[in-house]
Amino acid sequence: MAQVLSPEEIGDILDKPKKGSMREAFGETLVRLGSELKDIVVVGADTTGSIKTSLFGAKYPERFFNVGIAESNLVSVAAGLGIAGKIPFASTYAVFAPGKCVDQIRNAIAYPEVNMKLVASHAGISVGPDGASHQELEDIATMRAIPNMHVVIPSDPNSTSRLVEILARDKGPYYMRIARPDCPFIYSAAQASSIRKGGSMTVRDGSDATIIACGLLVYEALIAARKLATENSLNVRVIDMLSIKPIDEMAIIKAASATGGIVTAEEHNVIGGLGGAVAEIVVENYPVLMRRIGTQDTFGESGESGELMIKYGLTASNISAKILELKNLDRK
Amino acid sequence: MILETLVEARSGHPGGSLSAVELVVALYYSVMKHDPKRPTWPERDRFILSKGHAAPLLYSVLAQQGYFSLEELKTLRKINSLLQGHPDPRKTPGVEMAAGSEGIGLSVGIGEALAAKIDNKDYRVYVMMGDGEMQEGQIWEAAMCASKYRLDNLCGIVDRNGIQQDGLTEQIMPIEPLASKWKAFNWNVIQVDGYNFEQILEAFNAASQMRNKPTVIIAHTTKGKGVEFMEWSPEYHGKVPDRKSIETIVKEWKSE
Ligand SMILES: Cc1ncc(C[n+]2csc(CCOP(=O)(O)OP(=O)(O)O)c2C)c(N)n1
Ligand SMILES: [Mg+2]
Repeated sequence: MAQVLSPEEIGDILDKPKKGSMREAFGETLVRLGSELKDIVVVGADTTGSIKTSLFGAKYPERFFNVGIAESNLVSVAAGLGIAGKIPFASTYAVFAPGKCVDQIRNAIAYPEVNMKLVASHAGISVGPDGASHQELEDIATMRAIPNMHVVIPSDPNSTSRLVEILARDKGPYYMRIARPDCPFIYSAAQASSIRKGGSMTVRDGSDATIIACGLLVYEALIAARKLATENSLNVRVIDMLSIKPIDEMAIIKAASATGGIVTAEEHNVIGGLGGAVAEIVVENYPVLMRRIGTQDTFGESGESGELMIKYGLTASNISAKILELKNLDRK
Repeated sequence: MILETLVEARSGHPGGSLSAVELVVALYYSVMKHDPKRPTWPERDRFILSKGHAAPLLYSVLAQQGYFSLEELKTLRKINSLLQGHPDPRKTPGVEMAAGSEGIGLSVGIGEALAAKIDNKDYRVYVMMGDGEMQEGQIWEAAMCASKYRLDNLCGIVDRNGIQQDGLTEQIMPIEPLASKWKAFNWNVIQVDGYNFEQILEAFNAASQMRNKPTVIIAHTTKGKGVEFMEWSPEYHGKVPDRKSIETIVKEWKSE
């Protein structure tokens, strides 16, 4: 697959980052889709101001429900709305949904394959000062292990909007995770419109190794790739794995065969997340050396989000270090 | 002090920390049997802050009582701190249980109260909950369970400040009639003015005299208590006022 961004565009993204909010993109896209798709209904759980679904509530009060601090009720009410023919979007912070209601998601949504979209915000360690209790690092693993469930992760505001649109137009149970902090734009709206169901985006082409990242780590991967190019003359491919399930198997197998080594990077426990999903495909099809970047089976803590990303190794410099480690092993 | 701590941290939940000050102070200064030098003393009374986002309130009281130094308060919510954004018993001496996800504390309190019964110990268990927290289904699973086991060593406290994150409880998801709900679950229900020490102490005393029934104290409070522009303002649930306005308030308090 050809790369999505030109070298000049990547340069602009890295040197003149324009920032935006995934939460706002989510809320605004719901409002925009709401006028065309009259079946969209939105359910919240006392976090609607923070997650910006309140924007939808202001525009379409008759299609907006706030169930209070009651997450099991949140996802189950949404299940009922889906069964009755609506397109329900339920959302709160990721630690609470899916965190607090995996049973309801499994039994009332995934098993009967209900058309329901769970969009969880504040996923990952970038939540910051609230601390470990609010830093969901297990959701990719739990959600992708449930049959019928789709799992998608945008990497910037425009991919957020695009994925929300895919969720609204496709039938079936979906889980989407977004992060709390503002983040740099990676895609223009036009580029994001080429994101397809189940697809990935090769944001940078390369032949010496591949970084497969998701969420906020895609930007870090681009920084790492540039550093490796200038400092180590390595040409590294960067894949934004927007869909963890179904996962773009062809992109992974091609990366393994064409570039030889893969580093995955995610804001999630290394157990069961993106790294696990990629490794499953790699070992069964084209075994190459891998390194998985993520939290190392530990809880997070309070701190500023940037400080935590550094302390827990979720950075461009850690990604490039792991690529170099792979290349050195290669030579031996 | 709570406010100064929050300003230092630049984030956190001031409203729900201020509304319950008198209740927590009453517990630690006169009701509970505890020893700051022995935070894990097996005979201690237990306090579970189920509405964990009010951690700054708990930390301020624990520091005043000597569980750790007052200096620590300045590190609230910062990296490598003893004082996490939400209570963490592994890091902070005196913290009974990890909280932050609302709805869980009362059930954990039941467990500790049951253990006391098994071991014939006479410690008591106090669980502080938010009024928005009443919307969690688990609260009512716990309510049923505590009365089944006649846990008269368990005392729930509801900080009835009328506000949750998105707005007023009675608009977001009405919880009234709250007292009759607890009565229907077979609890001893006491209502107090959350700023009247006499009523508060009397209620805790009545709870400890009660036999064969758990007690819940519904404390009528004001979110953001003591800071005029924060009182009754849902905006200040999760927003910290700027340093300057806090300094003004603290000056006013000190001159009072
Ligand atoms: C299970 C759960 N859902 C959502 C939240 C996010 N949250 C933090 S505080 C809060 C509002 C709490 O309101 P209330 O229980 O009334 O507490 P208080 O007014 O005393 O601050 C919410 C929704 C949470 N902490 N736990
Ligand atoms: Mg409240």
